[in-house]
Amino acid sequence: MGNDGYRVEMEHVKKSFGGVYALSDAVIHVRPGEIHALVGENGAGKSTLMKILSGALQRDAGMIRIEGQEVRFSSPKEAKAAGIATIYQEFMLAPDLTVTENIFMDRLNSEGKIIKWKSLHEQAAKLLAEMGFEDINPKRRVANLSVAYQQVVEICKSISRNVKVLILDEPTAVLTVKEIEKLFSLLKKLKENGVSIIYISHRLEEIFEICDKITVMKDGCFVDCVATTEIDKDQLMRKMVGRELTQMFPERNVKPGEVVMEVSHLMGSSQVQDVSFQVRAGEVLGFYGLVGAGRTETMRAVFGADKWSSGEIRLLGESVHFKSPKQAVAKKLGMLPEDRKRQGVLLDQSIKMNVSITVMKKVQKYGLFHKKKEAEFVKELLEKMNTKYAAIENKASSLSGGNQQKVALAKWLAADCRCMILDEPTRGVDVGAKVEIYHCINQLAEAGIAIIMVSSEMPELMGMCDNIVIMHQGKVRGVLERDEFTEDGIIFAAMGGNGE
Amino acid sequence: MMQKKRTSFLEIKKFLLKNNTYLIGLILFAACAAASKDFLTMSNLVNICQQYASTIIVSTGMLFVILTGGIDLSVGSIVAIGSVLSAYALTAWEWGVWPACVISMIAGVVCGLISGFFVAKTGMAPFVATLAMMTMARGVAYMISNGAPIITPSGTIGALGTAKIFPWLTWLTIIAVIVVAIAWFLLNYLSFGRMIIAIGSNEEAVHLAGIDVTPVKISAYAISGFCSAIGGIIACSRTAIGSPAVGTGLELDCIAACVIGGASLNGGVGSPIKTVIGVLILALIGNIMNLLAVPSYPQDVIKGVIIICAVLLQRFTNESEK
Repeated sequence: MGNDGYRVEMEHVKKSFGGVYALSDAVIHVRPGEIHALVGENGAGKSTLMKILSGALQRDAGMIRIEGQEVRFSSPKEAKAAGIATIYQEFMLAPDLTVTENIFMDRLNSEGKIIKWKSLHEQAAKLLAEMGFEDINPKRRVANLSVAYQQVVEICKSISRNVKVLILDEPTAVLTVKEIEKLFSLLKKLKENGVSIIYISHRLEEIFEICDKITVMKDGCFVDCVATTEIDKDQLMRKMVGRELTQMFPERNVKPGEVVMEVSHLMGSSQVQDVSFQVRAGEVLGFYGLVGAGRTETMRAVFGADKWSSGEIRLLGESVHFKSPKQAVAKKLGMLPEDRKRQGVLLDQSIKMNVSITVMKKVQKYGLFHKKKEAEFVKELLEKMNTKYAAIENKASSLSGGNQQKVALAKWLAADCRCMILDEPTRGVDVGAKVEIYHCINQLAEAGIAIIMVSSEMPELMGMCDNIVIMHQGKVRGVLERDEFTEDGIIFAAMGGNGE
Repeated sequence: MMQKKRTSFLEIKKFLLKNNTYLIGLILFAACAAASKDFLTMSNLVNICQQYASTIIVSTGMLFVILTGGIDLSVGSIVAIGSVLSAYALTAWEWGVWPACVISMIAGVVCGLISGFFVAKTGMAPFVATLAMMTMARGVAYMISNGAPIITPSGTIGALGTAKIFPWLTWLTIIAVIVVAIAWFLLNYLSFGRMIIAIGSNEEAVHLAGIDVTPVKISAYAISGFCSAIGGIIACSRTAIGSPAVGTGLELDCIAACVIGGASLNGGVGSPIKTVIGVLILALIGNIMNLLAVPSYPQDVIKGVIIICAVLLQRFTNESEK
């Protein structure tokens, strides 16, 4: 069988989990020296397909060929030996070890019984320099590096093993704009060296910037494979979801009312320096900034999760200084934290428990949990949020990311909040679920709740918000009203220019 | 008809897989009954319940700490304090049985509060904080008793140890059942119980949901201390002697019981009733080997092997459930 110059060929791959097909007919062909995007909604089967390629899962049927040879990896180790490496969102690094140790983890003593540190450090430095990262000291502990640099180390780790196929799963989710540029230049270098790169991302702009070809998947099936130059964003999105996304950002019929929360001259950690803003009832106020701009830190301080030293916060006309989230919740302020899995939901507990946790008293009778009352209460809220679930007794981890986020939102809806801080509410959820979350947010705003929406995705903020506050290095660099929104203006302010 | 029978069989199967602790307990019980004809006698079964009442109570306390994602190594030493202090109050201070028991319980709670304070307030690792408490409490127990066992006046606390309502039901068993029932109720019907489970599941998320984590965590250790003190009082009542050496190594049995009962040492998962089964599994192993006259050192080895098997079986069935 000829391989038509393809390095990776996966054809008609099937995989089911307990009778449910995750992949029913997946196809992808990748050439050497090609950056190949793999797109599709969450649950489309991208990750499953890549797990099969990298040996973490085994296919039920179908064909996989690497450089024309049929392969069947029974473990990630075998795939690694064949030159296939995966960079997951969560890095496989030992944080307390140095950069060198991490890069050469499995062959520290390849040059004899005793580890030759000097030589290894030199090799690591050389490798990093080749990739354009001379400024990473190989002797540093990985934990002390920024997330972007940790990713570079992770990539170097695989390159040092003679990688032929590099799989990147949402590599930019945690990176700043500058860091993304660096990553892209690194990827381009790898491409020149003939490495095949499979790039999974929800960020279409990036795909159009860096990728050569795009394979679209939907519901475990191959949809299309097109060259990046032959398609535009709208067409691509339509292929992904099979529907028009004209209603991506639904209309909201609400006029912002009185000021609910007013923050003035808030000073906290180094990332919260003299922050002022106000949010009205029924308003969606956006917060944009690059990673490290202090958006999350500001919100945590307001919410009482972090300390702040001076300034003033007025909530519903009353001056407040929350020392703990508990106090904030008591005053009807809620916060959806940025990291859903670590901070937002109790994954291994029931959906029911996740929703009623903020309002346990409401679902009790004489101080005891009342099964029926709780079930009705929880179901009603989940209904409002349009959540898809099998049973409220099931674990939250059984839900998709989007539905988990809705459960987390339902918990604040339950608490009758007057003001809600949503930190990256749509991170890691698929396009369809995003739209549903936007609907939920609009619903909350229409109910007169003041909403602060922190996001790293500019289109989302521009589509959803009445006003956008732009932060840079702990300071507010500008506040834009809806009719002043332009991508350039926002980026300019976020990069530290004088906004407005 | 057939259809119905089938579904009910499937349901039973599903239930047993999900609650495999019961299954393991049942199998072991049957095995014990088959292995020795002395096992299924009333005196033997009553004796097991009597003997392990204190372990059941202490394990239930331990479960609260484990549910929060912690561990309490100090329970055995607090048992010793409970035992010695109640005996001391009866003899040296000539107190009545009730005040003597209450002062022991207070001492247990104080020990738990101290460990809980260091864990919840200063962020000390539970292993370390309770390890320190384990050493200190043991020392205190020896200090109270001056290093020697304290013999209690006859007809006081010792009467409790042998008291029976029916020939097959002793007071100690009833106390254990009451403690477990309260724990079950607390974990299933009160906000406090749910907070304990939630904290073990994801402390940060609970904190950000507007719940004050610190007092709940401290309470878990206090409950553990309280249960340990009751365990100590029972230990004292069974022999009518307050001994500072009692409860040595008990913490490990209790942790084992919780784990056999399906509790996760990462927190958030565990049930008091299954923990009781966990204790009973350990009890059956010890009992049957005594009946079969297995010497004590091989007993320990076999016990360890069975713990591993029980936990492996659980993991196996849990995975097949997915």
